[in-house]
Amino acid sequence: MASPHPSRVLKETALPKTGEQESMQTAPSYKLVTRNLNFFYGSFQALYDIGMNISTHKVTAFIGPSGCGKSTYLRTMNRMNETIRNTHVEGDLLLDGANLLEMDVTGVRRRVGMVFQKSNPFPKSIYDNIAYGLRVNGVNKKSVVDEAVERSLQRAALWTEVKDKLAKPASALSGGQQQRLCIARALAVEPEVLLLDEPCSALDPIATLKIEELLFQIKDITTIVIVTHNMQQAARVADYTGFFFMGKLIEFDETRKIFQNPSKKETEDYVTGRFG
Amino acid sequence: MVMQISRSRKITNNVMLTLSGLCALLVVMVLFFILGYLLWNGATSLNWDFFTKLPKPIGETGGGMANAIVGSGKILLLATLIGVPLGFLAGVFLAEYSGRTFAFLLRYTVDLLNGVPSIVIGIVAYALVVKPMNGYSTLAGGVALGIMMIPIAVRTTEEFLRAIPNSLREGAMALGATKSKAIFTVVVPAAISGLTSGMMLNLARVAGETAPLLFTALGNMFWSPGWLHPSASLPVMIYNYATAPEDSLHAQAWAAGFVLLALVLGINVTARMIIARGPASARR
Amino acid sequence: MEQLKGGDEISYLITLACSIVIILIVVLLVGELWYNSQPAIKKFGFSFLTGTTWDPNGDVFGALPFLYGTVVTSIFALVLSVPLGVGAAIFLAEMAAPKLSNALTFLIELLAAVPSVIYGLLGIFVLVPILRKYVAPPLAMTHLPIFSGTFYGFSLLAAGLVLTIMVVPFIVSVSREVLLAVPVEQREASLAVGATKWETTWQVVLPNASTGILGSIFLALARALGETMAVTMVVGNTPTISTSLFSPGYSIAAAIANQFAEASGQLFIASLIFLGLVLFGLTIVINAVARILIIMTAQRGM
Repeated sequence: MASPHPSRVLKETALPKTGEQESMQTAPSYKLVTRNLNFFYGSFQALYDIGMNISTHKVTAFIGPSGCGKSTYLRTMNRMNETIRNTHVEGDLLLDGANLLEMDVTGVRRRVGMVFQKSNPFPKSIYDNIAYGLRVNGVNKKSVVDEAVERSLQRAALWTEVKDKLAKPASALSGGQQQRLCIARALAVEPEVLLLDEPCSALDPIATLKIEELLFQIKDITTIVIVTHNMQQAARVADYTGFFFMGKLIEFDETRKIFQNPSKKETEDYVTGRFG
Repeated sequence: MVMQISRSRKITNNVMLTLSGLCALLVVMVLFFILGYLLWNGATSLNWDFFTKLPKPIGETGGGMANAIVGSGKILLLATLIGVPLGFLAGVFLAEYSGRTFAFLLRYTVDLLNGVPSIVIGIVAYALVVKPMNGYSTLAGGVALGIMMIPIAVRTTEEFLRAIPNSLREGAMALGATKSKAIFTVVVPAAISGLTSGMMLNLARVAGETAPLLFTALGNMFWSPGWLHPSASLPVMIYNYATAPEDSLHAQAWAAGFVLLALVLGINVTARMIIARGPASARR
Repeated sequence: MEQLKGGDEISYLITLACSIVIILIVVLLVGELWYNSQPAIKKFGFSFLTGTTWDPNGDVFGALPFLYGTVVTSIFALVLSVPLGVGAAIFLAEMAAPKLSNALTFLIELLAAVPSVIYGLLGIFVLVPILRKYVAPPLAMTHLPIFSGTFYGFSLLAAGLVLTIMVVPFIVSVSREVLLAVPVEQREASLAVGATKWETTWQVVLPNASTGILGSIFLALARALGETMAVTMVVGNTPTISTSLFSPGYSIAAAIANQFAEASGQLFIASLIFLGLVLFGLTIVINAVARILIIMTAQRGM
């Protein structure tokens, strides 16, 4: 592609320049850096002092029993938790060195995309679903949108199945196809990070496999963070894995290490199936 | 592909959302304006005579609307006696006994009745009561308003009875009660706050109706004895006085409007509070 | 059907009887309307709806002026009340905190409980003078045909405005519920690609709720068509057809309300009842459409 990556253009025009940004230039492989992150639903603390470095162009997985805070943490990364009343965050969350919590929130969400647990296509055509993010961000030229729609659907491994019925409603697709549509929709705005919140939990094994395959293929164009309750899935797809328990990050390391040789006892208990 | 976080999107966002807030504010302000205006104009024209004296002939000042207040009371009493039992029992049938096809037919008919404009109900009551009797009467007015009360009585009853869990019915029957005993001694009492509230809202609605009374109860400058003579009513008096050319009558119209509105809104608010505070089974 | 014992049978029969009585009442209602308007139906037939002369003395009855006024004032009311009502509903469903939203909705629903004659009272003594002094002159200066002619106060414009105020609470109430029922996941999906809250509301939430909101509009229309007292008190009660909203007019319900009590002569009364039948038919159709739309909304699961 001849045009510069959008994130670079955005960085030059929109990000506040901070001292941290310059120092971070020396560690370019970390896309998202978390330091001392605490999160509260009202007076209830859901996340305790989370610290983590998420590597660029890699797949990072969060595992842990229900209610451990992994989804809450995921949702702080694109500030989705702000749509719930009475929540607040303390600590630092840096995207390429700049504090994500102080940036313009719609800009954050364009750069950090999300795919949800249950597919949620808009009541529009397949084409309009993918084009939505582009149009809302000001991209309207038909040729550009057409190209982006095709590219996103190709990346989501859905193009061959829908290329002849782009005008049909998205609701007509099967569950697995709808979820891939949602991935394509998220990819269309070329996010630097793609967050996936248990994306396969409502899907059958074959659909799950298709999605896992495409995650391998797209990690080169983005950075992937995935929450999963399925440990085998984490073992299959993730380069790095973080184990959460009761709002704390117990252990974070290369996936191989977490599953074969964990340092903490709670991690070992969880991955060997002794609880959760 | 360059994507902008443009300022115009932010401005649009703030402007449109503020506008929507203004819409809500405007609508609420209308309510306060109505209440305030009626309070101001109505309460100042209100005096003891209003409640106790009869209207004076045109040209003379003074007088009141005692006959209209009593007339409205009689008409509404009759309407309640006609509409509520009929509606309530049909609602019980729908909730407890009915098969599916009959239920569909009844519900459809009741919804149809609910959509009939009140003036048309007045025509029907005229044809059914005034014509055969050859005269306007409290009875005709009561019939008109009673018919209007039926649909809401049916719907409310069915809804609130259905909301009572089956376990209550079964519990009663397991102790030896017949189905009808279970319904009337256990289910209905369990739903009582919802039913009462529903009937109050129903009454408040027809209490303000004017059109169906225009050619059924018609109107009367004097007391209306019994049930078979034309009768004054609050809403019709408001209409007559408001459209009359005399200022003193206008003042009385305001007073009557204030009393009517206070009554209607008072019943409304009370009914809603009953629902809000009642037992969980009666809450929607 | 289960075996019914003793008291059960009586209870069953009584409640069944009440249900049948209600059905009979409705049948009777339609029957009476039909039967009593026969003289007019036989004499005028379909031309009743297109005739423009309403002359009780000459026994000529054409309902077009009333139809015209009814339709014009109702459409006017919808054009104004839909943006206002949906706008308010958006605020209540998407922006306001739950406590504020519930409190304001309670108040707005109280507006729906205000009797028609009270709206008429305020119409005569508050709205009409304000229109005459402050609203009509600037509107007249636009020189648009709908604002032409002298403005005496009692007019289609006044009736349309009163209807607007009366109909808004229904639109707010139903639209708010429909908007609240749109799943949170739809909003989140839109926000997640970087859309603003307004863009999400306008491009995702509203389309999701559109069928239900359309249903609320039809319900509001049905109400506006049948509205009697407030309209007759401010519309001017003159059976004319004019393009200008400044001109006085008439509506079907207002015509019946004003003329029925003093009507004499079989044809006159039958014509008024025929009017009632027409109004009845109109509201039935609109209510049916509204019902279908609302059922469609529920089935879609939005």
